[in-house]
Amino acid sequence: MTTTTIKTRPTDLSRVRTWLPEYGVYLAIALLIAYNIVFTPYFLTVSNLRIQLIQVAPIVIVALGMALVIGTEGIDLSVGSVMALAAALIPLYLGYGVVAAILASLVAGLAVGLINGLLVARVGLQPIVATLALFVGGRGLAVVVSDGKLKDIRNPGMLYLGSGDLFGLPVLVWIAAALVLVVAFVVRRTVFGRRLLAVGGNRPAAELAGLPVKRVLITVYVTCAVLASIAGLLSVARIQSSDASAVGLLIELSAITAVVVGGTPLTGGKVKVVGTVAGAILMQLVIATMIKHDLGPSTAEMAQAVIILVAVYVARERTTR
Amino acid sequence: MALLEVVDVSKTFPGVKALDGVSFTLQPGEVHALVGENGAGKSTLIKVLTGVYQPDRGEIHYQGQPRSFAAPMDAQRAGISTIYQEVNLIPLMSVAQNLFLGREPRNAVGMIDRGRMEREAREILAEYGVTADVRRRLGTLPLGAQQMVALARAVMIDARVVIMDEPTSSLEPREVQTLFSVIRRLHGQGIGIVYVSHRMDELYEICESVTILRDGRLVHTGRLADLERIELVSLMLGREMSEVRRQGFTEFGGDHETPEGAGPVLRVDGLTSRTKLHDVTFDVRPGEVVGLGGLLGAGRSETIKAIGGAYPLDGGTVEVDGVSLKRPTTERAVKAGIAVQPEDRKAEGIVAGLSVRDNIALAVLSKTSRFGIVSDARIDEIVQRYMSRLRIKASGPDQRVGDLSGGNQQKVLLARLLATGPKVLLLDEPTRGIDVGAKAEVQSLIEELAAEGLGVVLVSSDAEELVEGSDRVVVLRDGAVVGHLTGDRVTTEDLMASIAAAAPESPA
Repeated sequence: MTTTTIKTRPTDLSRVRTWLPEYGVYLAIALLIAYNIVFTPYFLTVSNLRIQLIQVAPIVIVALGMALVIGTEGIDLSVGSVMALAAALIPLYLGYGVVAAILASLVAGLAVGLINGLLVARVGLQPIVATLALFVGGRGLAVVVSDGKLKDIRNPGMLYLGSGDLFGLPVLVWIAAALVLVVAFVVRRTVFGRRLLAVGGNRPAAELAGLPVKRVLITVYVTCAVLASIAGLLSVARIQSSDASAVGLLIELSAITAVVVGGTPLTGGKVKVVGTVAGAILMQLVIATMIKHDLGPSTAEMAQAVIILVAVYVARERTTR
Repeated sequence: MALLEVVDVSKTFPGVKALDGVSFTLQPGEVHALVGENGAGKSTLIKVLTGVYQPDRGEIHYQGQPRSFAAPMDAQRAGISTIYQEVNLIPLMSVAQNLFLGREPRNAVGMIDRGRMEREAREILAEYGVTADVRRRLGTLPLGAQQMVALARAVMIDARVVIMDEPTSSLEPREVQTLFSVIRRLHGQGIGIVYVSHRMDELYEICESVTILRDGRLVHTGRLADLERIELVSLMLGREMSEVRRQGFTEFGGDHETPEGAGPVLRVDGLTSRTKLHDVTFDVRPGEVVGLGGLLGAGRSETIKAIGGAYPLDGGTVEVDGVSLKRPTTERAVKAGIAVQPEDRKAEGIVAGLSVRDNIALAVLSKTSRFGIVSDARIDEIVQRYMSRLRIKASGPDQRVGDLSGGNQQKVLLARLLATGPKVLLLDEPTRGIDVGAKAEVQSLIEELAAEGLGVVLVSSDAEELVEGSDRVVVLRDGAVVGHLTGDRVTTEDLMASIAAAAPESPA
């Protein structure tokens, strides 16, 4: 009897170790929801759940792009600035219609992504340095473009994107959900997705296998920036005003956190799309729980720090296994 | 009295006995060659001498006293300096600062005395043939001059022993001569020098004695002049001249038949790259296995990579089936039908985190997809075919490649190459680090592929494997073709003779 228990214990432990970084985030969400159902008044109300989903949507969209970049062993610090740039362009082009305004902000994202991608893939800069340039410069440009003023948005089309409903759920949430599906499909089913994982897993090997490594990297940074610009224009639509100095501030950190907590390793070669969504939801729930229990945002930030450390520590266990 | 003496030293790493009872003696003023192939234990011995590793067993005597160096700093303080292949100084600091780093001359108030430092640096470096402005950043100097600065620095720290690890690998011939004159001066000052290199000509020019290591053991030590080049090579490679006559070490059979009158499937013409490759020219016909022979650093891997578009070239052309690859890139090379199996499987071959399926399908993703969406059915068909043909042992196509044995990883890599339908297969050490069974399987696979009409280029440090596997052998030394073995001359004796042959008078 004793021998069997000794034999089974290590396998149990190792199973937990492989299981925890992959699915730990879902467990944490379940625990947090259970806690809130019991202890937080009005948690399980439609209005509260709606608010949570609306707030998390932009972070999810940015984190999707970030997950792709991190999957190539990179990082993109410029996402917040891209959001600001997209936001600043909306009021400028809204006179030509909603479509023109949206296109303008998407093109801005595309341009920033192209610069990031070229700097990383062709010039060979480290991603953190390459994207730092537009992290700083992008927001500066956005403030200049918008004259440093907060501009109210009254266009009904934009307002519908930000606060409209479709089949009982906010349009914003539908868009985020659709993007999650698209990115998940790209990662799992497309040539681009598989190449991305190979480039992140072993770049010299991918090069020797004849993969278009530079093109893959450029495409990844462009995708990430375009997703960030979508998040930026949706934020404008939701807040009903464009403020280039505030939109997307510090979102790069929330996005990286969501990706890492969701089980995507910073060492590249792996992208967890659903995990990233769960990571974003978990961080949102932590903040919401803290606020509901009258703990300030600084306490929430500290709690987030602890979660990041736990997530990274658990992932480390797996790689040294 | 010996300057430095290592007695019966052993060092074991998990799974490998890197040094096994090795002894080594260095006299004052002696230039001592330390030679051996990859994995022979040279670097481990150097690291034991310099305090990077602690030996498991054995003793180090330095200037007659038993010593042990706990850290590289200890060895350096005691007067043992090392100069590595890559210069390890600070490229962004000035030449003078680098030279005096940590020992800067001070003035009356304890500040660095710049004027004196620069004046002294100029004087010292002049002796080493470096005339550059000492206020320049070190990184802006040519590599040879940087190495001289490193050497000057090493000698300045009252060095009694200087260890040089392949010091000439990135030097121009003229710089090599400057280095040698410095070595001769150090020799005159009674400084002992351990000289690690694979270049025969250099060894015989500058070294008095030699120690040969193989598989962690000492196989020979003595005066270099008493040892013929051919003996030196055979001791390094571990092949007794007489023993080699026996045949059948490997799974390789006889020669391959090539279709009569068939043109070459691969033609390599005049590949040149800085100091690494000089006018490498050869061709491969369909169904033929051409071996690339030579010692470590002879340019074999560089040649393979250059053909595959993964090594920068200054000149030369690569033709596949008569079509020239203009400015070869890896992408173009793969499309043209060139498949490269790199020497370092883990670093450049497999993607350890991906599955067997993803690794095999990696290079044929666009062929198995429609509108950018992959078809699992088509991929599975390819994966199944190669998994059974190469007898890849895995729990299934979904297993992580990183969890497979070395032999199976190699087979996965070969499967990826074969899936691209190549015309030419370039194999760099295809059987290194894999078990005996897998080795035999890989060897017979190479046979089969050649029989099917592929052109194969084979690099192997295992002389038997190279000779028995190849129809012809092109011998490289210092990045240039120095010999060509065909027909009855494809033997280990001829291979060694060709490797050892003295270079024609170099125009230095």
